[in-house]
This record gives sequence, C-alpha cells and structure tokens, in this order.
Amino acid sequence: MADLRNDFVGIKSPNPFWLASAPPTDKEYNVVRAFEAGWGGVVWKTLGEDGPPVVNVNGPRYGAIYGADRRLLGLNNIELITDRPLEVNLREIKTVKRDWPDRAMVVSLMVPCEEEAWKRILARVEETGADGVELNFGCPHGMSERGMGSAVGQVPEYVEMVTRWCKANTRMPVIVKLTPNITDIRLASRAAHKGGADAVSLINTINSITSVDLDLMCPEPTIDGKGTHGGYCGPAVKPIALNMVAEIARDPQTRGLPISGIGGVTTWKDAAEFMALGAGNVQVCTAVMTYGFRIVQEMIAGMSDWMDRKGFSTLSDFTGMAVPNVTDWQYLNLNYITKAVIDQEACIKCGRCYAACEDTSHQAIGMTPERRFVVKDEECVACNLCVDVCPVEGCITMRRLAPGEVDPRTGKTVPADYGNWTAHPNNPAVRAAE
Amino acid sequence: MANTPLTPGVVSGRLAPETYRDNFADKAPPLTAHEARVAADRCYFCHDAPCVTACPTAIDIPLFIREIATGAPRASARTIFEQNILGGMCARVCPTEQLCEEVCVREVAEGKPVEIGRLQRFATDILMAEGAHPFTRAEPTGKRVAVVGAGPAGLACAHRLAMKGHAVDLFDAKPKAGGLNEYGIAAYKTVNDFAQAEVEWLLGIGGIAVHNGKALGRDLSLDGLRSEYDAIFLAIGLGGVNALRAEGEERSHVRDAVDFIAELRQTKDLSALPVGRHVVVIGGGMTAVDAAVQSKLLGAENVTMVYRRGREAMSASEAEQNLAASKGVRIVTGAAPLRLLGEGAVEAVEFAYTKETDAGLELTGETFRLKADQVLKAIGQSLEGAPEGLALSGRKIAVTGPGRTSLPGVWVGGDCAAGGDDLTVTAVAEGRDAAKDIHATLMGEG
Repeated sequence: MADLRNDFVGIKSPNPFWLASAPPTDKEYNVVRAFEAGWGGVVWKTLGEDGPPVVNVNGPRYGAIYGADRRLLGLNNIELITDRPLEVNLREIKTVKRDWPDRAMVVSLMVPCEEEAWKRILARVEETGADGVELNFGCPHGMSERGMGSAVGQVPEYVEMVTRWCKANTRMPVIVKLTPNITDIRLASRAAHKGGADAVSLINTINSITSVDLDLMCPEPTIDGKGTHGGYCGPAVKPIALNMVAEIARDPQTRGLPISGIGGVTTWKDAAEFMALGAGNVQVCTAVMTYGFRIVQEMIAGMSDWMDRKGFSTLSDFTGMAVPNVTDWQYLNLNYITKAVIDQEACIKCGRCYAACEDTSHQAIGMTPERRFVVKDEECVACNLCVDVCPVEGCITMRRLAPGEVDPRTGKTVPADYGNWTAHPNNPAVRAAE
Repeated sequence: MANTPLTPGVVSGRLAPETYRDNFADKAPPLTAHEARVAADRCYFCHDAPCVTACPTAIDIPLFIREIATGAPRASARTIFEQNILGGMCARVCPTEQLCEEVCVREVAEGKPVEIGRLQRFATDILMAEGAHPFTRAEPTGKRVAVVGAGPAGLACAHRLAMKGHAVDLFDAKPKAGGLNEYGIAAYKTVNDFAQAEVEWLLGIGGIAVHNGKALGRDLSLDGLRSEYDAIFLAIGLGGVNALRAEGEERSHVRDAVDFIAELRQTKDLSALPVGRHVVVIGGGMTAVDAAVQSKLLGAENVTMVYRRGREAMSASEAEQNLAASKGVRIVTGAAPLRLLGEGAVEAVEFAYTKETDAGLELTGETFRLKADQVLKAIGQSLEGAPEGLALSGRKIAVTGPGRTSLPGVWVGGDCAAGGDDLTVTAVAEGRDAAKDIHATLMGEG
C-alpha cells in the first residue's frame, strides 16, 4: 500500500490533496466537513484586513461552461475574499487546527501593499497555530482594482517586495500564489523566489467571460443587466496550469522551488500529472464545488492504486519525474518519424478522421465506397489530428518508422540518430554560423 | 354488468375508461429538451453519414442533430422538412431500426444507435407547435397540377409543387386527407390527431386546394384530369386487400385488418369499439402488428398473430414484433390458415404447419386450431382501380425515373407505384421527387 503522506515545505498532511483557498474553505463548518471526508489540508479562504469586511454581489457569483450532459467543464467566479469578520475567521481557524492537528492548515492572505498591513495580519495568523500562509497575488477581479490580488502578482517587483516583508515578519512558511494573467509565469515565480518564498502555488483563476446572454446582450454571470470578467477555473484550465507548473519546475533560476499545483485538478490522475511535472502537492476547488468533498476518497484510492501498480511507495518517488522530459520545441527529435495506422477491426466507419484530414489537414486518408478508411503514408505527416478526433480510443495509433525505412512522403531514409532543429540545414541560425 | 376481457364474443367496453386512455397514449413519449441535448450529443457527425444514405428521403441527419445539440431546434426542423415535409409523421412511424438507426455507427459499434427518430420528433414538434410554416411559396407559375390521393406521397408531391409556385388540386376518396397516416397507422403512434394537424400545417404553404370524397374511377377520370391539368400525379395507394382463400372466410367477425384499423382511428370513444375475446390476426407485416396490438389494447383476452413463414421473413420489424410481444400478443410463425370454423360467426381457425421447400412453401399436414371470435386478415393489399392505359409492372404501376409512367404528363408514387417498399418515408420521397420532375418538365427544364 503506497504511502500518501505529504510534506510540503515542512507542512505535513496525510495526503497531498488540499482544498484551495475558495468558498469551500471559507468557514469552520465546511472545513470540518472536508476533513471528515478525508482531505489532507486546506488553504483557508483569503483573509483581508481587520475592519468592515468586503461585500460580495448578491446576484449570481458563478458562470459555467458545460460539456455533454451538462458536465461542468469550466467555472468562473466573481466572488471576492472572505466577507466574514477577520476575528471570526481567526477564531475558527484556531479551533479547527486544534481539533485536526494532523491536517495542513494554511491561511490565504490579501492586504494592501504596505508592510505594516502584512505584519499586522501575519502576527494574528500565527496566533491561530496555522501551519503556513499563502499570499493571494492572483485574484483577478474585484480586489485587483483596489491594488491587491493580481494587481500585485502582475508586477514581479511587488511580488518580491511583499514576499520579503512576509518572510521578515513571520516564522511560518510563505507560499506565494501566482496569477496566470501574465505573459511569462517565470518572471513572477523568480520574483517570489528572490523574495524568499518557501513555495509558489499556481495557478489562480484566469480572466474570463464565460458566455454572453444573447437576449440581454450581457456577459454572464449577469447582475442586473451587467457582467464583469471573473476568474476561470475547473477542468478546462488544467492544460494551462500544467504548462505553467512545468515552466517553473524546469526554470534553472527557480529549480527546486516547491510548487503547489492548482488548476482543474478533478481526479487522482490529474493530481499525479501535476506532481509528475514537479508539484509537491495539489489544491482542488472546482471539483469539490461540483461534486462535494467525497471525491477525495476516489483521489486517495486512485493515486494509491496507481502508485502500487507502478511500484512507487512514496510521493517523492514520482514527483518531478516528467520534468526532464519537458523541453523546448527546438530540441525535439526531427528524425522521429511516424505514420498513422487505422485498426480496421476497431474502426466504426464514422469517417471523422477522413473529414478532418481531407478538409483541414494533409489529405492523407483515403475512403473507399465500402467506407474503409486507410492512411496514405505518402501524405501523412503524423499530425495526430485523426487520433484526436477518432471516437474510438486506440483505433488509430502512430507507428514509428524504423531507422533505414524510407518515409514515402519525403522519399528519404529515416536516420538512426537524433537530430533537432538547432542543427537542421533549414535553420537560418545554423547557416549563419557556418 | 360491464364487459371484461373475458366476455365472450365481439363486444365493446371491455376495459375501464381510463385504461383505454392509458393504453392508447403516445407509444414513445417525446424527449425533453435535456434528453434531446444528451441524445444529440451522442452523434459523431459522421462524414458521408450512413444514416443519410439509409434514409429514403436523405435527410441530412448529422446536421439536424447538430442543430439540436447547439440549441437551434427550429433550424433543425427546417433541415428535416427541406427533405421530408412529413418529417413529423416519419419521426413517429418510420421503422428507424431498419433504416437510419440500423446503420448508425454507434449501433454497429455499441448496439445503441443515436436516437434519430426521437430526435427528429423533438425538432419537428417544436417547429410545428408554433404553427408557422417554414417555407415560402414561389411566384405562381400559372401551371395547374392534379394530385390524386392525399396520403404521404400525394401530400409530399402537392407540397413541393405548391412551393415551386404551381396550383395544386389535391383529390382524395376519403372524407379526410392523410391516407394511411389518418386511416392506417396504429393510434398510439400518432396521438392527439397528429395526422390531421400535420396536413393542416403542410397546407400552410398555400396553393393547394383539397377535394375530399373524390375517387378516381368514380368521380374523376384520368382522361378528364389530363385534359384539364398540365400534369397529374397519382398516389392512389393500394385500395384492394388480398383474400385469404381459406374455407369459411365469409363468416361474420372475419374482416380486413386495414378496415379494423381505419375504424379504430376514426372512433372518438374507443370503449364503444367492439373487439373479440379471442382475436386471431393472420399476417406478418406492420398492419398485422398494428391490428394485433390494438386488439389487445382494446381489451381482448387472447390475441394471436399467425404468419405462414418463419419469423425472419416477417416484414414487421423486430422492434414491432417486440412491441407486440410486450403487449401480450402471441406470435405464431410457420402456419397457414386452412379453414375458419363456426356457426355463422367464426369460432375457431384451423391452421396447418408449413415448411420451406425448394418448390416453395408446403403444408406439413399437421394442423391445429385456435379459438377465435374475431379474425383480422392482414395478408397484404393490392392495387385496385388503376386507370386504363397505364403500363403495369407486376401488380403495380410501372415507373421510370422519378415516378414517370407510360403516359406523358402522368406521374405516380407511393404504394401504387412499382419498386417501393410500402413505407411512409419512401412514399414521401417518391412524391417529392416526382414533384421536382414535374416542375422541371413543366418549366421546360426537364
């Protein structure tokens, strides 16, 4: 039985599945239910300065993108940080941490960009016995207009500065939560690293309008005839998050910086993928907002089963294993030549591969009157579109041409050695160097 | 004392009033909007889709399903109606399991096709419920066309001709238009007087004058029509019924299934419709199933359908056979009627088992009897009263191309035309295609 215990920047939890700072972690009642269900830890929903709490809209706070059968693929929200008094939150955090000492309790924070403000709140969080803090530099709506959230996260100098203040004013580990609403995630992570962050967590939500109500001619969610951009999350954002996690994991300037992976984690497999790309653990939100807290049982069982099958006994056995295989395009092997192959037994003759290839790709699939679809090797560039649109898993596969075989498309013999763009004769840089 | 299923003889009121209502309710209730979205999402939008090829009217099925999936059911209905103006009825009566759904790649792959028929009904119901007609009539051409027979073929032809701007006189022998849609299909397939609602909606194109109670050979003659109109389309169906040629066929309570069904369809109060306690239906087609199932639904205690060949040769689809079985109809195959026994009224039918030989179907000599106080004959219909001068092919009117007959200016389609398969949807296709050919001919494009 695999050991799922997690140690993230010294914060211990029975498993690597934390709940992200969000509505599910806004109060004791929810968090206790989460812990009862088996969640390894929580990042408490973002606390702000002492004083009158922020006010949320009273119309819809969420908008959704659906797949088939109303499966929720993406969620967008315009909710702000906690709208409950600071005192109440701190008291509850203390109670929950006391009652659940084996679970990770991290507190998300967002206060104005002044050192005193951060110093004040950090002291109060320390009193709760919480395990760490997460700096919310990511929230893309509502707070950013007030100079907080992503307004900080989008300026690397601010990220570094605030991180440094926090490190100077607390003994707790400091996790910096990054916004994806930037051009290069590495700039923000480098800044956090320079400021002394113990870890980064990402991604926060993505600026978005989920849809437009074509009767009201208004973005959704719609509040009294108006809408605003909100933060996008859920399964739809996972590919973006995975890339950003990988970018940081393989950046020489931040190598080794712990990462808490966030963004569309819905199943054990999603979690394993984030961790393979370098995340030390994951944070989940939309999945529990869709299905409730019980899904953690599937995540625990699924991860454990997979680790057993793979022979991994601890999380660190596979964490970061895929990072060395993330590279730049220019280093991909151009001598790796494949051709699509359609399994005629598995083919159900829908012709989607044909339509996709004929209309939008390389006219590399032939169709007989009997609806037999066959790849034309002399045209196939192995783009994989046929595989991607085929409704039958495993029906179309890619066959690698062995060294020495002739590629019927180019008429050239497949070389045995690795060869990439950096040395390719068509590369102007190569010619310039000559 | 009210009658029950056990009351001997052919009597009415065997069931409680609400049981009639339940029994004759919609066989396949319409999909809800969410069900339709989910069902539509299963469509793979196949290239050169097999379902389209299998549809006699070649509806662009992947397109109309995608239009449902994307929340545009009215556009979807229009896609359907462009090819098949009786798409509403076809959605209800098509043996989809033998047509589009049989070749759906998901049927082939998983044994569970996209529910094309039900989706078609979903879209067409929405547009038709709004009452608006989706097409506009072209400028009048000044040409006049007579369409004889207001069944599926005649209606489809009349609609397409009217759409092209021709003036159509649509004649039918019966008091109502609709043909078999109105008189020949099981009630639970077309509830709420759908056949008449569909005719009325179809006529919304304008330019079609309906003349009921006008039969060819009685009130109209082909020569007369030819002298008066620029073109004629005959869709007179199959007015005759095949005889059993079994001893005792003349006994009372022995009748043609088509008459029984027609009477049922025109009966407002089904509790007033008499049905036997022991009903024997002879035949293996859709009409036999419709008669057998409806007998059972009217309260008959025992209903047996007897077909002379094997089950695989039955023209009733497997789904229809299953429906009959699920309603408690017993299906006996490989037996042919020898004699109808009884004193005046029929009391039993004697059958002989059959076997297939190289020489054809032969009786084995072994016989059995089924108790019967009502016998419904459903062994096929035949062409009756075809006008003189039209070349026949077999027992139907010969056609070349899209419904052209041996007489210039005269087209045919539907069940009376050779080459069809007696399906509503095929009749629609033939009517539509003949209309296109008539139009091309009249406008000098042919």
